[in-house]
Amino acid sequence: MLSTLFEGLCFAAATALLAALGGLLVALTIGGWPAISKFGFGFLTSTTWNPVTDIYGAAGPIVGTLVTAAVALLLALPVAGGVAFFLTELCPAPLRRPIGTAVELLAGIPSIVYGMWGLFVFAPFFAKHVEVPLMTAAPSGSIWESLTIGIPNGSGILAASIILAIMILPFMAATLRDLLLSVPAAVRESAYGLGATTSEVVMSVTLPYVRTGAIGAVMLGLGRALGETMAVTFIIGNSHDFPTSMFASGSTIASTIANEFTEATSDVHLSALIALGLVLFVITFAVLALARLLLSRQEHRA
Amino acid sequence: MTDRSNLMIRRRIKNIVFTGFCWAVTALALIALATILWTLVGRGIGGINPDIFILATPAAGSHGGLANAIVGSIMMCAMGMVIALVIGILAGTWLAEYGKGTAYGSVVRFLNDVLLSAPSILVGLFVYEMLVAPFHGFSALAGAVALGLLATPVITRTTEDVLSLQPALLRESGVALGAPLSLVIREVLWRAARGGIITGGLLAFARISGETAPLLFTDLNNQFFEFNPTHQIANLPVVIYNFANGADEGLRQLAWVGALLIAVTVLGVTIVARFLTREQGRS
Repeated sequence: MLSTLFEGLCFAAATALLAALGGLLVALTIGGWPAISKFGFGFLTSTTWNPVTDIYGAAGPIVGTLVTAAVALLLALPVAGGVAFFLTELCPAPLRRPIGTAVELLAGIPSIVYGMWGLFVFAPFFAKHVEVPLMTAAPSGSIWESLTIGIPNGSGILAASIILAIMILPFMAATLRDLLLSVPAAVRESAYGLGATTSEVVMSVTLPYVRTGAIGAVMLGLGRALGETMAVTFIIGNSHDFPTSMFASGSTIASTIANEFTEATSDVHLSALIALGLVLFVITFAVLALARLLLSRQEHRA
Repeated sequence: MTDRSNLMIRRRIKNIVFTGFCWAVTALALIALATILWTLVGRGIGGINPDIFILATPAAGSHGGLANAIVGSIMMCAMGMVIALVIGILAGTWLAEYGKGTAYGSVVRFLNDVLLSAPSILVGLFVYEMLVAPFHGFSALAGAVALGLLATPVITRTTEDVLSLQPALLRESGVALGAPLSLVIREVLWRAARGGIITGGLLAFARISGETAPLLFTDLNNQFFEFNPTHQIANLPVVIYNFANGADEGLRQLAWVGALLIAVTVLGVTIVARFLTREQGRS
């Protein structure tokens, strides 16, 4: 009797988790429905986001989200890979543990700390040493010029991408390192035994061995970058215009919600923000689900 | 012969470039991350004084501390952790002991992993729709539920992992003595897995203690001391967010102090958790 009760309790808790995820989807759909039904498909494609006239199109924040996350991934991936290879193949043994621990600890620092650093330290530096020189060096009329148009105040699409890259870097490096460590020693050692250089061992043996899992790890990093809120809100500039330049202010889905939610006055505005959340949910769910599938496939192989 | 030595040289050069790149990016990453910590300590430590832990958050231009926000954060994290520990441990137990190999178990495990990395802002919106909008008001309780929802998947995952590591012999010998499986789980397996579950709890706590986004939609903030969980209660992350975005220098200084406090808490808790894991591994 007690036994059945206990099993039932455990089952209920597991089901509660499932219900939470389902409830999340339902709540976002219901909350966002007024906006979705009013603007229809145009909600996704229109670039007008105007709380004054109560017209909402989410193309700006959606593209902002995708662009910043993609650029962040592009920047973070080679560095995370380099750190993981360094920790598994090159690092002197006494340093391996401290550096590995440092990387893991940094993965846990809250995003608001990265955001403050971005706003007060990185942005002024970035404006002075990157934006201004690049803008003055760009020949007028070139593509380069149109890519660097903006106010050189250190905030914008590219600055937000760099902060995101720094944020997801420790996480991706730690996951990749764990994957590489799961390669059986015999596999690595036989490659070295055949006379392979370090780069050949990593690129032709250990990395291909964990390929599926590595892609999963990268997608997990992407999932983080897509949904990251606070760090981006501090530094992206928060404008709803469609982003056309690296230095222009922009917005992401998460930053838009965080910025406007408590100030939303009309029901349509609130509903549009929740509909944005639904879009973010769909995007991240797809990315995360794929990531988990790939990672679990790797686990079964190893 | 020359062909072969050419190839040799090319492989060597490629290898030097590759290892050089790895060294360089690791140095770059460590420098970037060290700068962040350095700034945090440099700007935060000067503002630490006893008033921080005694006085409530001030209005712009006046003197104050962070005490109400610190108390509020502790209250909300504690309430969130209670929710997360109860649901997480039970759900993890079900996955490891009852749901193993079942289709429903795989679905729950998969979706729990997705929930584990789902954007926290969405969890905030969900709780807003469930607990804030229907009752027409932000509350610390809603904030705690949001934090609990974020911590639960972490605890579920670690509980399942450590329980799965316990030898089958432990279960079998308990059941062979005539104890029902539920009793064996509670008295034997949970006890054996205690260290791992505590580690999971600490990691979950580290995760939610700095969460800002979900609190913006559930609890928001309060300038004064407040202990009633059905009201809005001040909390460190939202105070940091508001003060850092404001123009007042004194408030910005408080934001740095708050950020330092949160970072120290998170790092400290994570280090304790790692230390426990190592002890566990040794014994």
